[in-house]
Amino acid sequence: MTGMRRYVLTRIAAAIPVVLGATVIVFSIMHLTPGDPVRLILGFERASPERIAEVRAQLGLDQPIYVQYVRWLSGALRGDFGISIAAKRSASQLIFERLPYTLELTATAMLISILLGIPLGVISAVKQYTVVDHVSMAVALFWLSMPVFWLGLMLMLLFGLRLGWLPISGSSGIKSLIMPALTLGLPEIGMLARLMRSEMLEVLREDYIMTARAKGLRELIVMYKHALRNAIISVMVYLFLQIPWLVGGAVVVETVFAWPGMGRLMYKAILTKDFPIVQGVIFVIAILTVLFNLLGDIFTGFLDPRIRYE
Amino acid sequence: MSEGEKRIRFKRSSQLRMELLRLRRHRPAMIGLGITLLVLLVAIFAPVIAPHPYDEQNLQRMFEGPSRDYPLGTDAVGRCVFSRIVYGSRIAFLVGIVVVSIEAGIGITLGLLAGYFGGKVDTLISGITDTVWAFPPLVLALGIVTAIGPGLFNVVAAIAVVSWAPFTRITRAKVQSVREREFVEAGRAIGESDASLILRYILPNIMAPNLVLATLTFPSALLTASAMSFLGFGAQPPTPDWGALLNEGREYLRSAPWISTFPGLAILITVLGFNFLGDGLRDAFDPRLKL
Repeated sequence: MTGMRRYVLTRIAAAIPVVLGATVIVFSIMHLTPGDPVRLILGFERASPERIAEVRAQLGLDQPIYVQYVRWLSGALRGDFGISIAAKRSASQLIFERLPYTLELTATAMLISILLGIPLGVISAVKQYTVVDHVSMAVALFWLSMPVFWLGLMLMLLFGLRLGWLPISGSSGIKSLIMPALTLGLPEIGMLARLMRSEMLEVLREDYIMTARAKGLRELIVMYKHALRNAIISVMVYLFLQIPWLVGGAVVVETVFAWPGMGRLMYKAILTKDFPIVQGVIFVIAILTVLFNLLGDIFTGFLDPRIRYE
Repeated sequence: MSEGEKRIRFKRSSQLRMELLRLRRHRPAMIGLGITLLVLLVAIFAPVIAPHPYDEQNLQRMFEGPSRDYPLGTDAVGRCVFSRIVYGSRIAFLVGIVVVSIEAGIGITLGLLAGYFGGKVDTLISGITDTVWAFPPLVLALGIVTAIGPGLFNVVAAIAVVSWAPFTRITRAKVQSVREREFVEAGRAIGESDASLILRYILPNIMAPNLVLATLTFPSALLTASAMSFLGFGAQPPTPDWGALLNEGREYLRSAPWISTFPGLAILITVLGFNFLGDGLRDAFDPRLKL
């Protein structure tokens, strides 16, 4: 078990510079503003000099840049992104209030993509080079090419406006979750099915599959007990990595369906130049990425001892 | 040309010929190429194809469904939806080409440096690449646009500076495998400089995967840019950007669904075309590439 422990610790150590780098990037965003960020934030509001000074102090912009960074960093690492300019409340409080909605949406979307994408990929691999394979892969590419926002509008048009089956916005119960989750989840089928297929085909070339067949096992058992179980490992790692991307994609979906998650919060914050919120959301997503990367690494290391000793 | 010369010529070009032959036989790739060329032709001949100027308003004929005068209907100020989509193809190509060029430029340069020099240069570049990779491009691009303001140019710049990482990773890996090959050793032995080794010996040998990646990056750049325009941060009216057109029609989804439906279809078809083509190129040039 010491090998595993060392492996996990190395992976964690490797993640630290990435997190620090991410803080530099997120912190720098506000300073990309041409001119004075305070004036930009206050916009056309006829701001008094006192108000300008107040916001400047609130954002810490009256300090030298390295002091600003260190202050921002020490806050961000404790989950404190400053005070929202529009809401005049703690940005992290606002973000963490909305995060569960986004996670609910993301998890449902992921479930949808798994339930549809994995069977599609498996069938494609099992029936390689047949009509079934070609059709499945065309379907996968179709979903891969789907503009998410358009899919959302089309579902809304069909199930919300025409058929009236589902509410077109808000978050009132399970019915409101269906369309946003489909919009976020369906395009994921594409990548997932393609990956599942190629992993499955790779495993099917292995010797132990031939052994299983030579033993006279039924093809169904060879496929599902021997091939699928091994092929699915790297697909699961891919799914780990995909979670933060889905959280990112939620910005669009939540805006379309007025889903009260972190993405919609970010969208509104962009409109009002509410930097603490925008930076906070971006940072949370970056942390999720690093975290799930780490989990993916640990997961593979746990299942495949060879990786640990590399 | 003598028989011997012919044979030599054939032998020299045989690998590329094989690859092109493989590409020609790849049916999805040919479909993709067809779609891509069609959209390209539409973009080039937009003024000929579009029945109206893209910004011509006809306030007598607002919210009309598809008709002979207006093949895909009219929008809230009586503009021809079809003509706007036709002109929008120009923006789609422009956005895709510019984003892919910048990304490939940054990504390949960094990848060449990291792969060729290794050591500290590699550690630094790989660190930056991993860090940028920790952000979904859409999210970081939105952050940048918050600071530099909305607009098509800003969106293109923002997307390009956040999503070059795949080019760096592929290039770096390829360079590492090419670096120790005999022909590079030979170049080094005859006293070629680092720059010459990188540009004349290594670069030509890492272009195939990058070409495939560029073809597959084009549609994703288009999707990200359209998403940002759809959210209202990209192209501003009256620019007929496809994402912006979709956004314009959102309010009228119930009464005039054609305003949003057709631009989305245009995005889907274009992206599909490029993805088919990219898949074909990958299968033809580098089937083992995992993209």
